[in-house]
Amino acid sequence: MNPLATVGRFFLAFLQQIGELTIFASRAVSHCVRPPFYFRHIGRQMLDIGYYSLPVVGLTALFTGMVLALQSYTGFARFSAEGAVATVVVLSVTRELGPVIAGLMVAGRIGASIAAEIGTMRVTEQIDALYTLSTNPMKYLVAPRIIAGVLTLPLLVVVADIIGVFGGYVVGVYKLEFNAAVYLKQTFDFLEFMDVFSGLVKAAVFGFIITLMGCYHGYRSDGGAQGVGRATTNAVVSASILILVFNYAITEIFFATR
Amino acid sequence: MADTPKIEIRGLKKRFGSKVVLDGLDLDVGNGESVVIIGGSGTGKSVLLKCILGLLDPEAGSIKVDGQEVIGLSTREREQVNRKFGMLFQSAALFDSLSVWENVAFGLISAQGKSKKDAKPIALEKLAQVGLPAQVGELQPSELSGGMRKRVGLARAIATQPEIIFFDEPTTGLDPIMSDVINDLIVDCVHRLGASALSITHDMASARKIAHRIAMLYQGKIIWQGPVDDIDKSGNAHVDQFIHGRAEGPIRMQIPV
Repeated sequence: MNPLATVGRFFLAFLQQIGELTIFASRAVSHCVRPPFYFRHIGRQMLDIGYYSLPVVGLTALFTGMVLALQSYTGFARFSAEGAVATVVVLSVTRELGPVIAGLMVAGRIGASIAAEIGTMRVTEQIDALYTLSTNPMKYLVAPRIIAGVLTLPLLVVVADIIGVFGGYVVGVYKLEFNAAVYLKQTFDFLEFMDVFSGLVKAAVFGFIITLMGCYHGYRSDGGAQGVGRATTNAVVSASILILVFNYAITEIFFATR
Repeated sequence: MADTPKIEIRGLKKRFGSKVVLDGLDLDVGNGESVVIIGGSGTGKSVLLKCILGLLDPEAGSIKVDGQEVIGLSTREREQVNRKFGMLFQSAALFDSLSVWENVAFGLISAQGKSKKDAKPIALEKLAQVGLPAQVGELQPSELSGGMRKRVGLARAIATQPEIIFFDEPTTGLDPIMSDVINDLIVDCVHRLGASALSITHDMASARKIAHRIAMLYQGKIIWQGPVDDIDKSGNAHVDQFIHGRAEGPIRMQIPV
């Protein structure tokens, strides 16, 4: 075995994956913007992605905001800058942690379920059956999920932001004994529109990534139950990695235009 | 135009990697004719159906439906052609997010643009035609037995009144009596619609019952075809071995390595 050949094979397989994903994504997007739209499907997916993710996202956001207040207090107290805690909490949550935490949680919840559902439909020939009934599976299955993901994640992140900031407030006021009015004033004084807006842009991109990866891996799955399992894992892992990569990229873009 | 075959396949080639599956296959299906393709597992019967349906792209050859070349059509044109088709899948492939009657009505709603209200009576009528009472229409596909799923799949395939129906191993996984019931239903439905039918199977009892003409697929080609009554005197050693199910003969089971 030539070790270089192995490296080359991996590299070619990697490039092929990227190519296939790009073609899939462009086809999916083109179906997202052309009628007909399956509004009932979009509505049902939005309910699933948004409403039913609220408990998970709300709880993680709450504890993230709480621990953030505690940790930043530990740091800032060392150079007597405790007053910055409220500002740090609100900026971290809106710009960074709200979208990322919500994105990762939804990737686990929704990315997996999309991949499993579409993957099962693939291996039981239901996707072929859609074709024979003159229904394009990209339009019927993929487009509604992606549209719902892009629309719903920003809404979810608004909720996560509020709950996260509230978590910080609870710790700040009841444990660290800040004055409630001062804490709130410090929270909102330095908050700018761009802080929240950049977080919502991230959320929309994450929504696209999560639903796209779920659909893509489910759509390509083969080999029965094992194949569906693999598709589910791949969907969650690749979505999580891409979320963190794009998180940096988007931060970088907004940082430049600051 | 009367003698234009419904489906005309010429020199069809398809391979996966280095494995040649279809190697210059020729086949015609006439108007109102029922052709059954027999052949061992893994000989490319399903691949052939998927090529005709446009789920796979062949490397070479031509497939004409009503004289119209269907290879290389755009997605939109393809959807138009597929409206002539109905298909019963091996595992029935019912949509498990929809109830039984919504499954049957799916093509009526998506392809013919009927409203749900108009489609439901037609769906229930098709269910009745395959021997299922209206209550079954309200069930979920997961609540059905294998034979019932096949019936629902058949009702869905015939609901849009297709001109050509494909049957992918319609009796696989059913007991002999249920197989015969399904065969009877297939013959009855195809006859009532006046449709052409192309089936693939390795169940000889089923083939004898539903076929006007039988074609045997072996190593990517049709090696024998003829009226169903001639199958026992084909004079072809491969066909004889297959219809009698003998391990010994010219066909060697290919064990993939």
